[in-house]
Formats: sequence, C-alpha cells, structure tokens
Amino acid sequence: MSEPVLDYDQVLANFDPVLGLEVHVELNTASKMFCGCATGFGAEPNTQVCPVCLGLPGSLPVVNQTAVESAMRIGLALNCSIAAYSRFARKNYFYPDQPKNYQISQYDEPIAYDGYADVDVDGEVFRVEIERAHMEEDTGKSLHVGGATGRIHGASHSLLDYNRAGVPLIEIVTKPIVGAGEKAPQIARAYVAMLRDLLRALGVSDVRMEQGSLRCDANVSLMPKGSTTFGTRTETKNVNSLRSVERAIRYEMTRHAAVLTSGGSIVQETRHWHEDTGITTSGRSKEEAEDYRYFPEPDLAPVTPAAAWVEQLRATLPEPPAEKRKRLQAEWGYSDPEMRDVISVGAVEVIEETIAAGCGAQAARKWWLGELGRRASEQGVDLAEVGMTPAQVAQLQGLVEAKLVNDKLARQVIDGVLAGEGEPKEVVDARGLAVVSDDGALTAAVDEAIAANPEVAEKIRGGKVQAAGALIGQVMKAMRGQADAGRVREIILERLS
Amino acid sequence: MDQLLTTNAAQLGAAIGAGTTSSEEVTRAHLDRVEAVDDTVNAFLHVAGDEAIAQARAVDAKIAAGEKLGPLAGVPLALKDILTWTKAPTTCASRILEGWIPPYDSGVTERLLAADIVILGKTNLDEFAMGSSTENSAYGPTRNPWATDRIPGGSGGGSAAALVAFEAPLSIGTDTGGSIRQPASVTGTVGIKPTYGGVSRYGLVSLASSLDQAGPCARSVLDAALLHEVIAGHDHRDSTSIDQAVPAVVDAARNGDVSGMKIGVVRELGGEGYNPGVQQRFDEAVALLTRLGAEVVEVSCPNFDHALAAYYLIQPSETSSNLAKFDAMRFGLRIGDDGTHSAEKVMAMTRGAGFGREVKRRIILGTYALSSGYYDAYYGTAQKIRTLITADFTAAFEQCDVLVSPTTPTTAFRIGERVNDPVAMYKADLCTIPSSMAGNAAASFPIGLAPEDGLPVGLQVMAPPMADDRLYRVGAAVEAALAEQWGGPLWQQITPLTTEGAQA
Repeated sequence: MSEPVLDYDQVLANFDPVLGLEVHVELNTASKMFCGCATGFGAEPNTQVCPVCLGLPGSLPVVNQTAVESAMRIGLALNCSIAAYSRFARKNYFYPDQPKNYQISQYDEPIAYDGYADVDVDGEVFRVEIERAHMEEDTGKSLHVGGATGRIHGASHSLLDYNRAGVPLIEIVTKPIVGAGEKAPQIARAYVAMLRDLLRALGVSDVRMEQGSLRCDANVSLMPKGSTTFGTRTETKNVNSLRSVERAIRYEMTRHAAVLTSGGSIVQETRHWHEDTGITTSGRSKEEAEDYRYFPEPDLAPVTPAAAWVEQLRATLPEPPAEKRKRLQAEWGYSDPEMRDVISVGAVEVIEETIAAGCGAQAARKWWLGELGRRASEQGVDLAEVGMTPAQVAQLQGLVEAKLVNDKLARQVIDGVLAGEGEPKEVVDARGLAVVSDDGALTAAVDEAIAANPEVAEKIRGGKVQAAGALIGQVMKAMRGQADAGRVREIILERLS
Repeated sequence: MDQLLTTNAAQLGAAIGAGTTSSEEVTRAHLDRVEAVDDTVNAFLHVAGDEAIAQARAVDAKIAAGEKLGPLAGVPLALKDILTWTKAPTTCASRILEGWIPPYDSGVTERLLAADIVILGKTNLDEFAMGSSTENSAYGPTRNPWATDRIPGGSGGGSAAALVAFEAPLSIGTDTGGSIRQPASVTGTVGIKPTYGGVSRYGLVSLASSLDQAGPCARSVLDAALLHEVIAGHDHRDSTSIDQAVPAVVDAARNGDVSGMKIGVVRELGGEGYNPGVQQRFDEAVALLTRLGAEVVEVSCPNFDHALAAYYLIQPSETSSNLAKFDAMRFGLRIGDDGTHSAEKVMAMTRGAGFGREVKRRIILGTYALSSGYYDAYYGTAQKIRTLITADFTAAFEQCDVLVSPTTPTTAFRIGERVNDPVAMYKADLCTIPSSMAGNAAASFPIGLAPEDGLPVGLQVMAPPMADDRLYRVGAAVEAALAEQWGGPLWQQITPLTTEGAQA
C-alpha cells in the first residue's frame, strides 16, 4: 500500500514545508476533569468510573480546579496570554467510547492563547508560535476484538473501557510553522521534546508518549518555493515517539511532493502513522468529516481567573528548560558535545539529582551515559526507569572513590541493585564484592607473583616500572578482581625497590 | 373521600408530628386513592407502594422515638419521572429508558428523603419533558381531573393532576419553558419555578441545561413554600447552582401582604389570542391586588414577542446535544444487537425506535440550528434575543417588585386537539417562556374558573432572580382573598373522581 515518495533533497529544491502541531497532554491530576474518579493508568477496565464520566442521564460535570491551574501554568510557561473569560464548549459527535456523544472541550474561548516557545536545533534557535492551549476531557478506549489488525475493520466485536473517559487533557496548538525548510522535521521533534521537558518541569503530566499521556498530531503541507499560499494539509495521527514525529513529517513531505510533482493534488485527510513500516496511510477524509456543532457548554460556568490568581501561578513557574540547561552546563563544566549528548538521551534530570546526592559532575555523566545508558537502551526504557535511582548512583560512586570497589566490581554492584538486592552497599556486602584492602593478603599475592615471574621482577628492579602491569594483572587474577589495582602497584614497587 | 386526602401538606405534617395520625396511615390512604383513580388519571408511571410504606414506617418510628423532624416529615409526595431515584425506574416517559433504574439519587431526591418526605412514585410527563399536554408520553396521556377529556398541561401534567386527583398533596415538577406553571394553571394548583440555579439539577435528566429548573407543586401556597425550602439550596455537583441563602419563602407564604408592593402588568402578555374567560379572571385578579393595597402599573417588555421563537431554537439546540447520550451503549433500550449490525447502526436503530415524534422533531430542529453555516443565524440570534429579554426584565424590575400575566392563554384544551399542530401546542407556553429564558423566579396561582368552560385559570407572577419570596407574598395574598370570596380553596369546586374513575 506504499505510495510513491520524492527524494528529500528534491522536495526541498521545489517546495517549502508548512507544519502545524497539535499536542495532547494528559494531566496527572488525581481526579478526572469533571468528576472525582481516579485517573491512574492501567487499572482494571471500567473500575474508575461514575455516573458523571459514564454520561448517565441526569449527571452533571464540575470543573477540576487543579486541572484549570495546570492549564494556566502551561499557558504561562508557553508565554501565552491567559483569558480573563474562557468557556467550555461541546464538540458533538457520536462514537461508542465517547460517553455523552459530545466531548467537553473549548472552542473559540480557550484558557490560553498567543504564546511562543524557542527550540534549539543544532545550536540554532527557532521560535515556534503558539496559537492556543485549551482544556478538554479524554475519551474512553475501544478494544476491537477478532480482527487481524486490532482496528475496527474486520473485528467481530468491540470492548469499551471508560477508565480514561474524562481524564483531563490540554491541547496545545501551534500557529503554522513556516520557514523551517529542511529542518522542519527536526524542529517538530525538538518542539515536542521541549514540551515534554517543560511539562515534566511543571510537574503537570507524566509525559509518557508510549502510554499516550503525550500525543502529537502533525499537520503537514507543502507550497511551491517562493509561494506564500499554503498548500492542502494532511493531519497525521498516532505519532507516539519523538523519533516518529521527525520520521512521519519527513515521510509526509516526500509523499506530498511526489503527488504534487506528478500533477496530482493532496487530499485533505487524516493519515495514520505506522511506526514499523515508516509510512502513513489514509484515514477518514476531512471532506466528509462531521460538523461538530460546537456551542457553549450550558452545564458549566465560564472560567474567569482573577488577575491576581494568574500572577500567583506565574510565580510558581519553574526555570525554563533551555535556560536551566545553560546554567547547569556552566555549573557542571560540561563541554558542548557532552551537554548535547546528555540532553539527547534525556539524562539532565537524573544527572542533576545524582549530583545533588553528592556525586561529581563528570562521574554522574559517566554512569548515566555509560553503564546505565547501555542497560536502559537494552531494556528499552527511559533512564529514570532503569531500576537504579540517582541516590544509588551517587552512593556507588562514593564506594568507588573510597576504593571499596573498582570499576569492574561496580558493574556487578549495578547488577545487584537492578536485581533488587538492595542499596549498593548492601549488594557489596551480600555478594562479598569489596576489594581486598588487607595489605598482608595483597603482599602475599604480590610475593607469589614475583616468585613466579623472576624475569619481570628483574626488569622492574632495573627501572622498567611499566613492566609492573604484567604483575598487577597476575595479582588481580589471583584476587579474583577484588583488589585495588593502584594499591597492588604500590606494593609491587615497594617489594622491588 | 377520605379527609386525609383533602388535607393540605402543612396540616398533615403537623398531625403526623403530633401523633394524631401516622405517616403510614396517610401514605396508605394516598396509595389506595392512586389504586382507585389512576387507571383514569394516569398521573403515575410507577407507584413504589412497598418502598413508600417502608419509608412511612421509618418516619413513624423516628417520631415515636421522640426525634424532632421537619414540617413535612411523613407527608407523601409524587416525583416527576425525570429526576433520579434509586428505588424506582427513571424513564422520562420515553421508551428509550424503559425500566432503567438509576444508580444514584438526584439532589432533589436526596433533600426530600433527608426531610423525611415519603415518595409515593414517579409521575407522568411529556417524553423528556417536551410538550404542553402530557400527550407526548410514551405511556399514554394524563387526564385532567377537572374534566377527563382535557389535558392536564405539560410537561408536568402527572405532577399537577396528582394533586387535584387527591393522589398526593405534594409533587415535584420541572420547568424548562413552563412545565410547572402551565400544568398548575390548567389544573388550578400552585406551581413554582424557582430562580434558575436555586434548586440542584444534579440527577434531573437534562432537556435544556440552561433552562431546566425543578420546583414545588401543591394545592396551597404554604405547602409549596415548605416544599421549596426543602429542595432549594446550593449543590456543589451542579456548577450552575447558586451558592446563596435560600430566599425566605415560608415566611413570605405565611405573611401574604401586598400592600405597598409595585406590581407590573406586562402589556405584551395578554389581549388578542387570549381566551375571554382567561383575560377576565386575570383582570379581576389585578383588580383584587389593587384592592389589597398593591400599586399596579403597566410595563412593556417588547422583546417578549420574540421569546417563543428564540426558545424554540435554544431549547432544541441544547436538547439535540443532551439527548445524544441515549445511544444503547451503556444503559436503556438496545435495538438490533444481533451480531449483524455495527455499533453505529445499533445506535441509529435504537434512537429510531426509542424516541417519540416530538423528541425527534426537536433533535432535528436543534441539530440544524447548531450546524455550521446556520449557527449564527439561528442559535446565535436566539442567544441575542435571550439577552434582550433579560434586559427587558431588568428594566421592568427597576420599576416593579413583581410582574404579572395570565399563565397560559387558554384553559385546558381537549386531548388530541393540538397533537397535529406543534405551533399551537408551543403557544401554550407563550407567557411562561420569558422567565425561563431570563432565569428569574416565576409561579402560577389559581384565580378561578373561566366562565365559558368552567376550567381553572392561573395568574403568573414573575420576580427577579433570588427574590422567590415575592412570588409567595403575592400568591398567599391572592389565595387568602379568593378563599374568603369562594368560601374555601378553588379545588373544593372540583367534581371529585369516583373510585370507578368517572366524574361523579
């Protein structure tokens, strides 16, 4: 079902891309947007529901104050104006996982509007203008059973889980992103990454793309080079990782270009992104899309935040991620390439916490980008979920610096921590991993090595100190690695002086 | 007829509290009456006899134990079948909700039970409260006890008819465009639409969210006030509920005095198109108010002329959205679920079979009015008119304490007379719609029988938002003066239904 695409360089030679990004953020409030039900991810189906979020007759919504605060803080962090008068509106459409067959959303009176955010791509700053950020409720989930693809097509029946129905969402919509040229896909990715970091710093969302708490829809269109009239756009949904954002946009640009170059025209439609094959396929056409019949939600009063409340919330904003990174880089003394690596693997927060727990900056970077980074990518999880906390990493580094373990033993300590054997110190004790610091035992081992290698010993006595390496290796082997190589070297040189 | 049936709620409550009768005795008398006459009247969709007796016994036990209860403790009441109650089905008189037992009590139901009021059952209405005659009920029309070939008004015809069939001394209605007041008018009873936001809408199945308001229905002004006090007050589960003290309605009902009050007669609500007998009784009521010491002036509210048209855009628009949830997925009727139809088709088949003609008419009307390209012309314009109507009220209330008009242009019309003429049906709410649109308080009080047909006529009184007490002042004054004139309340002039259901 693959469609023709044009080479990316050719796309750029002939067209300018225009992007528009709609990001849905699930807030991490304890309760839902309009009722008191819990919001936890992964509960038994239909256990976090009540008359309100099931849309039972007679039930009425009540706005979650914390969600409104989160929406306002997000708006402020994106340099938006906060509306003094904002209303909810009903978006009417029938779908089984939409309990009331309308979604309470916001239409022409959003809580936050006209903002911007700066993103950094290869050291170049690009400003993304924000159109609006508005509040709405999530839908339930449909599980289509019996078909080959898990889609409704071909399914024998569907199961409905309303646990997610009514979970608060913030939709953040950009203004058209023009002038990005070849960097358009990267800018989109950097924008979503920036939002993820910002939302995490605000503490308003879990921002787990893989769990759907951060979802991106990408609008893409092309206009002939030199033109200022936007082309017909497509909206690609289901883009659920940073890498996919970049790939999906790049793919759509090449597909659009192929259609336009061959004299065709783009159909305004929804496209579905397929992570596995790296292509998009046609969804429903927008031409036959529903008329949502938006109108002000009569069950809810307007949201009219007092100026003092807005200022109070502004004062709670965290340091902007970009500024924070600059400050941290200076504090930590990382080179530009070092910092870029740290950012690209999402290690800023864990390193910050590790350093706060007493670890040196370079050591913290070494652990998180080295041993722990490797294990996180093996497990396919974020660093924060690798199974070792920043405090534990700092403790491990303390053991290394106290020469209780060496680097090789430290890796075994990590194995132990990840296996759930406790804190690094407990693992060292339980597994007997501490280096032998008893000089008597080490001296005996050194003497044995000298006796077994008289010619090497002779070279060292003769001043060829670098030959000591061979003896150190012998001793370490005899000690099964549990010795401090530096101390072994000292003893060898003492004995042969 | 058992004297317990014709005793007002305030006196029943006092007698039960004093131990001269019991709630069980009173409740049984009313259940027996329902059993005897409701085949004719059809005021009830569901009678919860066992539950009512159990409630009554619980109240009697509390009284026996010396507990101090409220003034209506132990008094039976009929609940309009659009408010949820876990002990009986809530059908909204629709096939689509047939047999649906809600898992929660409405805010109104909770307050009734907390006041130890005994709920007898659920009353009939036009399907989803859309209508002015109760003929749109999927379970057959309710008949007017004054003349059983006549409509009892609507949508709350069941709640009004139950009062003058002596099946209940109290009932709860809901009013979106007149559904408490117009039935009160044509049945010669008292019906109050409190200020919008005065009574919780939680558990009131929405017809039009911005207009719906539950309120008290009774045979006397004081009974209505006592019930008003029970059900009113802030509810955090309803965002449109007003967080203010309930107006002093009981005090006002006990001290009906209009001397010095300034009362405005709305020029636009009267004259041509009004039955002569209705106009005559209204003019007499105005003269009576003058005699009682009120200063009566004429006021003009020019935008009221557009109220009906605007209402029939706003109400159907909200309804088209509110009724979307009836889709067979989670509750209620389900048609076509035989494994051969898609969910979308099951929704369509269920809605096609489950909704009646008037409901479908308004869903189609509202869907159209909200559609892209028509929104501004219809819904948008209607909202502007709504603002102008509110402004007319504000200006009028600067001159007057209350406004008055006939409640409805005619007396009870015959069953079947207007079923094929929706606009004629809608005109029954001509006078009641403006207060619904503005959200202010309004009521209907009986002011006599029209000379030409001997059927009841109602006086509508309209008061500013949260000045509901003024309604009761006027109502109590009129009630007392007319009772003196007639030698008792209007309902004494009714020919009671015999237990065979015939008019005696």
